[in-house]
Amino acid sequence: MKILVAVKRVIDYNVQIRVKEDGSGVVTDNVKMSTNPPDDNAIEEAVKIKEAGKATEVVAITVGEEKAQETVRKALAVGADRGIHVKADGVLEPLAVSKILQKVVDKEKPDLVFMGKQAIDDDCNQTGQMLSALLNWPQATFASKIDVKDNKLEVTREIDEGLETIEINVPAIVTCDLRLNEPRYASLPNIMKAKKKPIEEIAASDLGVDVSPRLEQIKVEEPPKRKAGIKVANVAELVQKLKNEAKVI
Amino acid sequence: MAVLLIAEHNNKELRPFTLNAATAASQIDSDVHAVIIGQNTTEAAKQLSELPVVKKVLSIEAAHYENFTAENFAPVIVKLADSYSHIVCSANTFGKNLMPRIAAHLDTSQVSDIIKVISPDTFLRPIYAGNAFATIKSNDPKKCVTIRPTSFDPCESTGGSASIEKVDASEEFSNTKFIKREEIKSDRPELGTARIVVSGGRGMQSGDNFKLITEIADKLGAAIGASRAAVDAGYISNDHQVGQTGKVVVPDLYIAIGISGAIQHLAGMKESKVIVAINKDGEAPIFSVADYGLEADLFEAIPQFMEELNKLNTIQK
Repeated sequence: MKILVAVKRVIDYNVQIRVKEDGSGVVTDNVKMSTNPPDDNAIEEAVKIKEAGKATEVVAITVGEEKAQETVRKALAVGADRGIHVKADGVLEPLAVSKILQKVVDKEKPDLVFMGKQAIDDDCNQTGQMLSALLNWPQATFASKIDVKDNKLEVTREIDEGLETIEINVPAIVTCDLRLNEPRYASLPNIMKAKKKPIEEIAASDLGVDVSPRLEQIKVEEPPKRKAGIKVANVAELVQKLKNEAKVI
Repeated sequence: MAVLLIAEHNNKELRPFTLNAATAASQIDSDVHAVIIGQNTTEAAKQLSELPVVKKVLSIEAAHYENFTAENFAPVIVKLADSYSHIVCSANTFGKNLMPRIAAHLDTSQVSDIIKVISPDTFLRPIYAGNAFATIKSNDPKKCVTIRPTSFDPCESTGGSASIEKVDASEEFSNTKFIKREEIKSDRPELGTARIVVSGGRGMQSGDNFKLITEIADKLGAAIGASRAAVDAGYISNDHQVGQTGKVVVPDLYIAIGISGAIQHLAGMKESKVIVAINKDGEAPIFSVADYGLEADLFEAIPQFMEELNKLNTIQK
């Protein structure tokens, strides 16, 4: 079984986001970037499946500018076998990314495509579902447990009401929740080895898909600031305030 | 053209956030039709027809719709899409799973998780876990929009009398099979809809100590929340997690106990109407969003809090 894993480069989750003064977006210059956290879970799961002898190859793919390749290199350092970098500049909406991935899936013919359930920059939560629609494959979103069976996966999904278990036939798409596993760190020898693993570069324009944005970002602004409250001296005062001032208990 | 709202339900009755999504739909256009897809949904369809903002109900029933599989839902909604300018749904796990599948079939760039309707083609949505707000205009002829339910008030639930029209089902998608759903059963209100949430963080120091949180929650009729740190430490199960990677809650009262207030936690609760923080570290970031902050050792403060609550003659439920 061959697993394709899509990874995205985003602002690191520990960075305090700053909005640009002209309202055109958020500050990304000189800001630490890293792999979208649930994409790390997707890579980890694919590598674990291969280590368990249930997959033969793990291919990491990213779509984006030159530096996006760092995320593929990182995936190679934790166990992916080879990489693909589809080069594209500018804004790529999930619909465009899913069309690009569809083209790569047509060529690579993986049995499974994994990715994070959501990117922590645009918070769209769309790409996996869109790709499965375009391929007419089954989708298991928000996966917190994956059991590989013969040509089938049993997947536990995190839903609002609790947990849901579904069985999907391969080929299929899985989007990964943070609770799926604990991503490993790359060891120094493996980082060195990863430098020798191949990364195929493809120009998005050669894939023949229309990736022009359909959405216009009119402006980006700071969320309204919450007014600083007061400190109370003791519990009795707190309960009195909640009862008589805020009137919430 | 009218707006098509996808109702969320459990086959027997509507799930509450359908009412919030209906409000958002009615702000896009006053002509709102609602589709309910499931099995044996007569009663839920009737509830939907009684929402005054809904002008027409489309009911689609088949055995393969019983478990809300997106692969089954998407094609039948796509078939209806010709008659509608917008397709809308709540941005909870049901809508998040389903809507992109519809959008891709329609070749539409979806607008996810909106918190405000600015105009029929322009919406406000949080990005970077609510650390920035983006105003987005959709230039697609047909728009697929998911709605953050807690940002819209629920619509009236009675007084309407929309017609209910049966629509034919589509074929079953055979490559996805539902096995089981384990719903978290609790006498407590659901975290996402509770009026009061009491949350504990790493400061609770152990899973046993969460009993203190449970006592307060019982007294107040509140749901129990937790920070990611408390979940990661194994103090409590992850369905209680509030934050960027957990649930986003907007209760009337949020009580954060022993929670420092990491960015990712604040993203999940800072829109709450009243926030209380109890923490012994006076510099903890949680105090910057708290309406009432108490700098105290929580193991002293919680028993006192119970005592004070017990002194009250009445507590709102």
